[in-house]
Amino acid sequence: MLHLDEVSKKFGGLPALDRVCFSVPRGRVTALIGPNGAGKSTLINCVTGVLEPTSGSIRFAAQQLVGRPPHAIARLGIARTFQNLKLFPRLSVLDNVLTGLTCEAGRSLTMAMLRLPYLRHRERQLKLRALEALDRFGLADKARLPVAVLAYGDKKRVELARACVAEPQLVLLDEPVAGLNADETAAIGEQLKRLRGAGQTLLLVEHDMELVMGIADQVVVLDSGRCIARGTPDEVRSNPLVLEAYLGQMEATA
Amino acid sequence: MTAKEKILYFIYLHRTGLTVTGLTLALVLFPLFEDNPYTLGLTNLIAIYVIIVVGLNLFIGYAGQISLGHAAFFGLGAYGSAIATVTFGLPAWPAMAGVALLVALVALLVGVPTLRLSGHYLAMATLGGNIVVHTVMLQWDQVTGGPSGFPGIPFLSIGGFVFDDEVRLHYLLWSFALLALLLALNLVRSGVGRGLAALAGDETAAAALGVDTRRAKIKVFVLSAVFASIAGSLFAHCYSFISPDSFDIFASTDLAIMVVVGGMGSIWGSLIGAGLLTLLPEWIDVFENYKDLVHGLVLVLILMFLPRGLMTGLYEMIRNRWVLKGQKNAAS
Ligand SMILES: Nc1ncnc2c1ncn2[C@@H]1O[C@H](COP(=O)(O)OP(=O)(O)OP(=O)(O)O)[C@@H](O)[C@H]1O
Ligand SMILES: [Mg+2]
Repeated sequence: MLHLDEVSKKFGGLPALDRVCFSVPRGRVTALIGPNGAGKSTLINCVTGVLEPTSGSIRFAAQQLVGRPPHAIARLGIARTFQNLKLFPRLSVLDNVLTGLTCEAGRSLTMAMLRLPYLRHRERQLKLRALEALDRFGLADKARLPVAVLAYGDKKRVELARACVAEPQLVLLDEPVAGLNADETAAIGEQLKRLRGAGQTLLLVEHDMELVMGIADQVVVLDSGRCIARGTPDEVRSNPLVLEAYLGQMEATA
Repeated sequence: MTAKEKILYFIYLHRTGLTVTGLTLALVLFPLFEDNPYTLGLTNLIAIYVIIVVGLNLFIGYAGQISLGHAAFFGLGAYGSAIATVTFGLPAWPAMAGVALLVALVALLVGVPTLRLSGHYLAMATLGGNIVVHTVMLQWDQVTGGPSGFPGIPFLSIGGFVFDDEVRLHYLLWSFALLALLLALNLVRSGVGRGLAALAGDETAAAALGVDTRRAKIKVFVLSAVFASIAGSLFAHCYSFISPDSFDIFASTDLAIMVVVGGMGSIWGSLIGAGLLTLLPEWIDVFENYKDLVHGLVLVLILMFLPRGLMTGLYEMIRNRWVLKGQKNAAS
């Protein structure tokens, strides 16, 4: 459903992505792994229009994404989370999740100011869906709290709920369990498995190997901006290039 | 739930509606208890400022931009209505609407190029625009009356009922102010308003959720200019005399300070900001004599310690402390 073809991104001459090619099939979980600075976040930013690739094409269901502004890409049904949380701390948990339904909430200021009955009706339905999503992600009892007071693990889950509430075609997750303890990681892992079970297409950027190997259908390995391996978790695990680039680095830091 | 809890929950659930109803009631009754024309003149002025500040607050608090030229839109509304009704003899109400439309167009022309850029280009553009508008008001004597002002603007009327004394104006102006408050409250409580709140929180995140950030900023800017224009038209018809002094850049900074004191993004705060900044100089002489100095100090202090503005900042600080304490108590 998402096809990257020879995607390159240079920052002042230095390549962060170098002719990356791969596809994300519908209804599957694709994991994107690689050492720090490999270009994973850069790739997500290119897909979502935050950055424009220097060259190459990114197609999503027959539409070219390169050159489109971020909001237009979001409206095609591509949602994401951020490596460094980007929640709205002043809003309540419920309102944060409701912002995930912005595409469906209408755009006219005038209509919103007049608070016409059809909008009130729609608003009620959106609220129900947001509450349901909070329930799914185990946040129902925190709906009214301002996000600023939540613990880090809860904030991560709010962001996940916000990305998934609209049931987008594709969700890009940038390190959903980074900084979490083992219990919290396991909880998010369960939620991701449930999303996969429901047929949600995911592109998962993650360092946690156990999590990746447990739920990915396909693993793509980036190293210094180049795609060095691609395949099932087992294939990738035994690929010598990957061991060298990635696991070697892990041992070096361990 | 006990009866008391039920009542409290009802109040919580309908807090906005109840506040609006309470305020409306208080405003309807106010002239019965207070008939001093001087006091009513002051509260009427507050009503006019509330209309502008509500709109400007949407822009500063939700689009995250500063406008230092809203007194220009206010002035364009006032002079527009004055010229349309006196010079051209047009009926006042349609003129008010027509002028607001023209001001919307001006705001669009200023906003489209400047809001494309990130950073505070708009602050500069609006400041410059305000100086231009003010200079034209001063210099173009034949049309505006120059520094000595524009006299003889007719009072507004509805079917023979003329709004010509303080009590009648009280009802007229506060109806408009309440309408402005209500429209803004509806907006911020809607899905569109949440998109704007997202925009104020983080532009990248808002865009990733489907908010067209540039277009949203322009829309809110135009909306705020229309509110200011209508307030200007009302101002002209209510005082029947206007002069350029009311619309210089110091008036614009005063409006921005009202927003900051009320708290960014707080609709009710607009009422408090407009009220305090209008009344304090009446109550305390220091404010009167060193107005610009005190205003500047207030602005700097608030922005240093409560960057979201006075009311919003205090409210959020207290709320977050309170919730955290509640959580700790629940845990222990
Ligand atoms: N805006 C930018 N300007 C210049 N260089 C950048 C920018 N963003 C990223 N880079 C560089 O591009 C490279 C890839 O960064 P990226 O954030 O995509 O890595 P990553 O794979 O997400 O790493 P991590 O696992 O640490 O999140 C890095 O060398 C980084 O320094
Ligand atoms: Mg990253």
